[in-house]
Amino acid sequence: MRTLLPGPHHRLLSLVLLAGLLSMGVKTWLVLTLSGLAMGSMLFLMASGMTLAFGLLRVLNLAHGALISLGAFAGATWWVVRAQALPDTVWGQWLALLPAMLLAMSVAGLVGAVFERLVIRPVYGNYLKQMLVTVGGAIILTQLLQGFWGASPIAVPRPDLLRGSLVLPQSVPWVGGLALEKFRLLTALFGLGVYALVIHALERTRWGVVIRAGVEDREMVEMLGHRMAPVFLAVFTLGAMLAGLGGMFWGLYQEVITAHMGDELLILVIVVIILGGLGSVRGCFYGALLAGLVNLYVGYLLPALASVAVVGLMMAVLMWRPRGLIPVADT
Amino acid sequence: MIDAMLSGDRPASRWLSAVLLLLLACLAGGPFLFADVRAFTLLGTMGVFILVAAAYDLMLGYAHMVSFAHTLFFALGAYGVALATLHLGPTLTAVAVGVGLALLFSLLLALVLGALTLRVQAIFFALATLAVAFACLHLVLQAYPLTGGADGLRVRLPAALGPGHDVFQTRLPGLDVPRLLRGLWSDPATAWEQARYSLRFTGRHLVYYASIALALGGVLLLLRVVRSPFGQVLLAIRENEFRARALGYRTVRYRTAAVVLAGLLTCLAGAAFALFNRYVSPTNTLSFDLMVFILLMCVIGGMGTLYGAVLGAALFLLAQGYLQDVLAVLAELWPEQPLWQALFAPQRWLLWLGLLFVLCVYWFPDGIVGRLRAARAKNP
Repeated sequence: MRTLLPGPHHRLLSLVLLAGLLSMGVKTWLVLTLSGLAMGSMLFLMASGMTLAFGLLRVLNLAHGALISLGAFAGATWWVVRAQALPDTVWGQWLALLPAMLLAMSVAGLVGAVFERLVIRPVYGNYLKQMLVTVGGAIILTQLLQGFWGASPIAVPRPDLLRGSLVLPQSVPWVGGLALEKFRLLTALFGLGVYALVIHALERTRWGVVIRAGVEDREMVEMLGHRMAPVFLAVFTLGAMLAGLGGMFWGLYQEVITAHMGDELLILVIVVIILGGLGSVRGCFYGALLAGLVNLYVGYLLPALASVAVVGLMMAVLMWRPRGLIPVADT
Repeated sequence: MIDAMLSGDRPASRWLSAVLLLLLACLAGGPFLFADVRAFTLLGTMGVFILVAAAYDLMLGYAHMVSFAHTLFFALGAYGVALATLHLGPTLTAVAVGVGLALLFSLLLALVLGALTLRVQAIFFALATLAVAFACLHLVLQAYPLTGGADGLRVRLPAALGPGHDVFQTRLPGLDVPRLLRGLWSDPATAWEQARYSLRFTGRHLVYYASIALALGGVLLLLRVVRSPFGQVLLAIRENEFRARALGYRTVRYRTAAVVLAGLLTCLAGAAFALFNRYVSPTNTLSFDLMVFILLMCVIGGMGTLYGAVLGAALFLLAQGYLQDVLAVLAELWPEQPLWQALFAPQRWLLWLGLLFVLCVYWFPDGIVGRLRAARAKNP
């Protein structure tokens, strides 16, 4: 099944990297690539839940953006309220960061689970109704967010731990003296870690087998004695948690959050999962990297067209491969 | 004769007919029945959005194509008029040129969208149109020299359509219905006298009646289309595309034709909106919120009935205009409770509409019109 031959996703990714390298200097390219990878990592966190929910549950959740905002607000609340009270050491900052991550994940996960039960479960198997209901759900969630946190943007100061940059020594050839931002480095690494974890869980564990089999043929898995309803709920909740986590990182990345940030991010998330192929986690990762890199490269070359270029890339891929780069069987 | 005008597709419910007639009377009476400027603006906007929602219903309810790019047509019409009057001067010719060009671009866009359905599945189509609409919104926001960016454009009306143009050179009699009703309640003797007023019929009113006529014509045309053999094929595609194809229908052509018709009508509505509203911006022609509103109108009224879209648009705009007042009254009831205040603050009106929307999809999947028709089917 899996081969080592380069697939369309590898080819496209190399093409984008090469095009970037040819149109700018090496140093700029390195910095932008790192930023693109960081952005891709965050996009992957946000998009993986939506693509998993589609792959496994056949649910198209257009309220995913609202869950992202929710995570950002939950994380920022802890951050803004508690950060000053903690000791100003590296450990103190981790103490502030980890609970923020946990809070973002648990709030988004909890709301996601409730949302799945209350809003989405009655409309399983009907895409049109799912889209309508989740659009309504997104309105409600966004309005509630505004009701509780106010309509004005909230500033989220980045902790010292994530500020500043790593400077490469001058002695390194080609790229000596290059400054790599710490936050982006950490985010990129973190995203890669989560990707590895998710892929490992899906492809190397017993639960992963059940989930993947459920994607292929739900009835058959149930015949073999697995109850799928709890698995579905768990996957949806996990996806919501990742979305919340991604939202929290995005808040730190932009250093400001609004209740409507989810709307714009939802578009990027949609682009990512279409690029990768609806339902495919691996495709979602490559789609996220592509979207992040193209956004940053084009943003550097033609600042006005960054978001348009990402959508253009999506349309081009859609014309080339109508079901995305790594299509899932039978979507 | 009425049957022929409605193409034999009657409202099929006494209540529905009554409400539609009331709506028609309000729209036709317009400035002669409501002295309030706010009500007049609301009625004009209603006329525009009735056409937009009905056209969208042709795609959503009859062809089951969920497109989030419908506002693009609306924006094309609106910006077409705004840009033409800006660059060619405020004349009727400029308006015509703007509308013509906008229709041309809408046709091209509709053909592209139709061709897209050939290549990708329904669900990809919905998501792809969402992304494309977003990209276009960004383009309009970025192209500040051309479109005015987020500030939008002021539409320079031809003098004949402006508020300064007194069409009949004399004041016409009007009867303020809200005031009359209030008067009949409190002081029936002088109510009629109190409610009378006179009206200067200006170019603004010409635009108003033009857009109402456009909406009426558009809705009647759509009624005819959905009852025609063409419309029946659309329904067949909705119910079972594979079977329709097997029967020999080129489904892509039918779907494309539906998008073209819906797109052109929406473009015209956009032009009418620009002339009536006199100001176009990404927020009022192109935003994602507006797209969701159009979706809400169709779903609350009832998808796939056209009458539902008409009713839904009217009710939605009424709610948008007056729900905030209702919420303000509700918030007053329990002023010391912060949670209550947060939920019933006037700016939270969208929350309640969202809730209504979700409940509507669950319990009245056929919308108001479907519910009314079902009631009639039960006890005719």
